[in-house]
Amino acid sequence: MTDPFPTAVAIAAAVRSGERSASDFLEAHLARIEQREGELHVFNLVTAEVARARAADIDDRVAAGEDAGPLAGVPLALKDNMCTRGVATTCSSRILDGWEPPYTATVVERAAAAGAVLVGKTNLDEFAMGSSTENSAFGPTRNPHDPSRVPGGSSGGSAAAVAAGFAAVSLGSDTGGSIRQPASLCGVVGVKPTYGRVSRYGLVAFASSLDQIGPMSHTVADSALVLDVIGGHDPRDSTSIPEPPTPLLDVVDRGVDGLRVGIVRELALAVEPDVAGRLVAAADALAAAGAIVDEVTVPAAVYGLTAYYLIAPAEASSNLARYDGVRYGIRVPADDTTQMMSRTRAEGFGDEVKARIMLGTFALSAGYYDAFYGKAQKVRTLVRRDFATAYERFDALLGPTSPSVAFELGAKSDPLEMYRCDTCTVPSSLAGDAAMSVPFGTGREGMPVGVQVMAPALGEPVMFRVAGALEAANRG
Amino acid sequence: MSGRIGRDDVAHVAALARLELDDAEIDHFTRHLARILEHAADIDELDLDDVPPTYHPVGLRNVLRDDIVESTLDPAEVLAAAPDAEDGRFRVPPILGEAP
Repeated sequence: MTDPFPTAVAIAAAVRSGERSASDFLEAHLARIEQREGELHVFNLVTAEVARARAADIDDRVAAGEDAGPLAGVPLALKDNMCTRGVATTCSSRILDGWEPPYTATVVERAAAAGAVLVGKTNLDEFAMGSSTENSAFGPTRNPHDPSRVPGGSSGGSAAAVAAGFAAVSLGSDTGGSIRQPASLCGVVGVKPTYGRVSRYGLVAFASSLDQIGPMSHTVADSALVLDVIGGHDPRDSTSIPEPPTPLLDVVDRGVDGLRVGIVRELALAVEPDVAGRLVAAADALAAAGAIVDEVTVPAAVYGLTAYYLIAPAEASSNLARYDGVRYGIRVPADDTTQMMSRTRAEGFGDEVKARIMLGTFALSAGYYDAFYGKAQKVRTLVRRDFATAYERFDALLGPTSPSVAFELGAKSDPLEMYRCDTCTVPSSLAGDAAMSVPFGTGREGMPVGVQVMAPALGEPVMFRVAGALEAANRG
Repeated sequence: MSGRIGRDDVAHVAALARLELDDAEIDHFTRHLARILEHAADIDELDLDDVPPTYHPVGLRNVLRDDIVESTLDPAEVLAAAPDAEDGRFRVPPILGEAP
């Protein structure tokens, strides 16, 4: 599948100059939604009428000589775990049925203020728990490149929205790979920024020490453009980094001459041969572009999966305690409050969410805390240390994003097999570092393969330079 | 990793987590969780005695602001989203049973 769709950079430039209207771009995207949404199920909600009014407003502002903003007229899809006031926000869970948030996420406010046009809320694995978007209460999303396959997850709807041309850019959330892995499987760019770089205010919490919002797009420059808009300090998120971030759009095409890039051995060994082949090709391309490329070892990375699948469920078990049938969402009536809560949660949550809540509750429970949660937190320290050592020698690291190309729906019924999809992405999440997936050709059966560029915390400028060089090489 | 997870453990954590499960579900989740914890035993081979834990990627500290009233959520809008409300408050079934 070629990528014939206009980029966000091109759309914003055309809209701001008056060369083509926001309404015109929007209608082209809505027409593609009309054509393929029934087949792909990308959205939980399409906000076509609100989007039309919004695009018309932007066109009026341009006509009046106003600056409509850096994302003027750019159709944006939003993962349905980010709050939009007065617009249903479901997290693809029955438990939030009918809920309309009383406030709007900071990222949505910033994107809207920059001129973006929200086209809809995208499907996800329930509460972002999954790697295939099959764990949605509303049914799976399908991969636009081959509808018999999954788009990855949990931001599968946001990845597919871009890949299918339903939106020029989208926002996803990444806890252990939920932006990068679907980006890889759908052939788009996906960025997990440094922890704290983007406000989490209004993002429904999964694992608060790991969750981070980031952009998904056709090009590296488009993700830079979006991250420049949504990033930066937010007083409403106490974990957001106070220092102003370095603008990224200008660094994308600066090249990699003299940059030191390490290929992470443990991750390279964890993937199927076709994916490993693309990683080698990416390393060669960076060397040809002037980077100093060598192998590096991050020994603790192989234990990342275990640490992640104890820490994230532990935090989730606490975060999801709020869905108790009292303040929002559904309630199953019962004679007393405890029974009401237990029945509401049994009815409202899907199996994967229940499993993770119980796994987390177990890992935190008396008698098991030290053996599970405590150990996992120590492994997290080892992962951070090993990355820090690697970054003493290298400016950025390179690895695969996903162990394989997109798989068929229903192919991974064993929970552990599904969790292994996150093998290459969880290490940077545990460290709180920056990481992104960039399309780099195709693997088995012509399906897209992404490579992962990793950088230390706040290393986005160097990460985007490497990503930009890979994109340039991939385009030939 | 100390021991496998059994049916009783799952029933216990389900009660702690306020999830009503039937017997078939307890069996299902016992297998599911045992599978995950079996894999999690891989970290047992690490020597972690002198390693400090990392709870959070950024150093957590209190973030304070001046005590000035800012915009707050509209109570009516918030209560409108609740399954049940009365007199400006959330309404729940009895917690302590009937008064004697």
